[in-house]
Amino acid sequence: MKKMKINKTTKNNLITYGMVLAVYLLVELFIAGGKVSSLMQGLLVPLCVYVILAVSLNLVVGILGELSLGHAGFMCVGAFSSAFFSKCMNGVMPDGLRFFCALLIGAAVAALFGFIIGIPVLRLKGDYLAIVTLAFGEIIKNLINVFFIGRDADGFHFSMKDSISLKLQEGGEIIMNGPQGINGTPHDSTFTIGIILVLLTLFIVLNLVHSRDGRAIMSIRDNRIAAESVGINITKYKLMAFIISAALAGTAGVLYAHNLATLTALPKNFGYNQSIMILVFVVLGGIGNIRGSVIAAVVLTLLPELLRGLNDYRMLIYAIVLIVMMLLNWSPKALELRERYSPKRLLAKRKEAKEAK
Amino acid sequence: MESMLNVTNLSISFGGLRAVSGFNLDIKKGQLYGLIGPNGAGKTTVFNLLTGVYKPDEGIIKLDGKDITGGKTIDINKAGIARTFQNIRLFSQMSVLDNVKVGLHNHHHYNTIEGILRLPRYRKVEKEMDEQAMELLKVFELQDHADYLASNLPYGQQRKLEIARALATDPKLLLLDEPAAGMNPNETQELMDTIRFVRDKFDMTILLIEHDMKLVSGICEELTVLNFGKVLVQGVTSDVLNDPQVITAYLGE
Repeated sequence: MKKMKINKTTKNNLITYGMVLAVYLLVELFIAGGKVSSLMQGLLVPLCVYVILAVSLNLVVGILGELSLGHAGFMCVGAFSSAFFSKCMNGVMPDGLRFFCALLIGAAVAALFGFIIGIPVLRLKGDYLAIVTLAFGEIIKNLINVFFIGRDADGFHFSMKDSISLKLQEGGEIIMNGPQGINGTPHDSTFTIGIILVLLTLFIVLNLVHSRDGRAIMSIRDNRIAAESVGINITKYKLMAFIISAALAGTAGVLYAHNLATLTALPKNFGYNQSIMILVFVVLGGIGNIRGSVIAAVVLTLLPELLRGLNDYRMLIYAIVLIVMMLLNWSPKALELRERYSPKRLLAKRKEAKEAK
Repeated sequence: MESMLNVTNLSISFGGLRAVSGFNLDIKKGQLYGLIGPNGAGKTTVFNLLTGVYKPDEGIIKLDGKDITGGKTIDINKAGIARTFQNIRLFSQMSVLDNVKVGLHNHHHYNTIEGILRLPRYRKVEKEMDEQAMELLKVFELQDHADYLASNLPYGQQRKLEIARALATDPKLLLLDEPAAGMNPNETQELMDTIRFVRDKFDMTILLIEHDMKLVSGICEELTVLNFGKVLVQGVTSDVLNDPQVITAYLGE
């Protein structure tokens, strides 16, 4: 029989995709069986959002090796641009097509911001880059809170003061209402679409990493001077990683925006806390480990909800879990233990014992 | 014979320090050339000037007749100079094979979309790259370690991998910065054979910085001795090494 030859990276990638699909099928099965509370069902789309954010941030932090704290900013840009589009086009286009366009627009606008911000910012390194990207995220969030956009028979009106100064005619409609955000975005996001986008994100990031461009990006991470000496264009590949990461974060933003009736830019959802939360997913899952990001994002998003019964102790336990995970994941002793009791090794041992007989 | 590298009057200052001044060098095609001198003489600075890490204040660098003075590092690499580093600079978290494939980057092309969608061109080009990289690894007897992380290789093999990566960029001139640093006599001997082999197999011109006099006298055809940023003596290896000025520079009066 001809043996199918699958190399190690392909196998690893397939395991990652398989995991996501398996979880999807399980959840769908439980929902069909009525075993999932509505609270949990409400968490499914945000779960996908966080997974996409974690994977896309890992592209910058783990693969490119730069610390970015503005990821919520890109998500915010994607969310608002797409919600704006969807609200304008509501009823004009078929729903499916409209959401598809919204996804493209959210990703494209976020990518554009990634490009504009990337050019000056990527000259910085380490802590400096982290601080500037953090500031960018805050600027985006605050800017969005002062935008007022309305539409009437004359076309679009724009103001940065308040909704009255838009001077809309009768029958005009406020689309974006400053701190009140965008109201009545069509509810297009579903768990299925979320999972498709998660798979798409994984597909893009994993395949990018194992391509010519991915190698160039990683070579910059490992040794910038050596990368330059073998002819790698540092600026180009840094920007590429940054832009793709921003576009994917924008997609997560689209998913997020179309899951809510009211989209507002609050410190809670688009502030630096959010950026740091995403970074926590990446760090806990293992910097540069894409599958780890997925698992960490899922566990850490579900945990606070699962612990809800414990009331006051909820966040305390959450914090303790964070610390324990960090220790167990990366301490040398834990690695050694995992190595010793890994299923692969136990299987090999058993086989050995059998052959010895 | 035609000249591969021609440097005239190369100078650079850092603040008040004249690190290299009036440096001249002429290396013929296919030559194995040594650049030696006491610590702090400016040898690595010369390498950094040649590869565009520093821009010279004065002077002209010609590679194979083409003026490359003041070019960017990546353009100089594309023009045909590849180098290794005194303190090894590998892509430590990447596999040995991938290290070489990064070196092949500018000689094999497919675009990002083709890479992400795994289109036929991706498969074809990647296969070519794999084959070529493996061939290079075989030259340095690293083929069995292709899947290792570069940082897990023993020191001597890391040095070899760095040379393999530099060769992957298909240079005309190879610069080796202290290739034998930290090697034991056996490894040094092996390295000498490898360097000679590389020169013959790839028809390479090689300029190397080295402190190990056994290696220098063993393989270099000509030498330039640098002291305090200036050329002290230049010429055929045996003559240079017996020059009283050189002995003074190394051992003191």
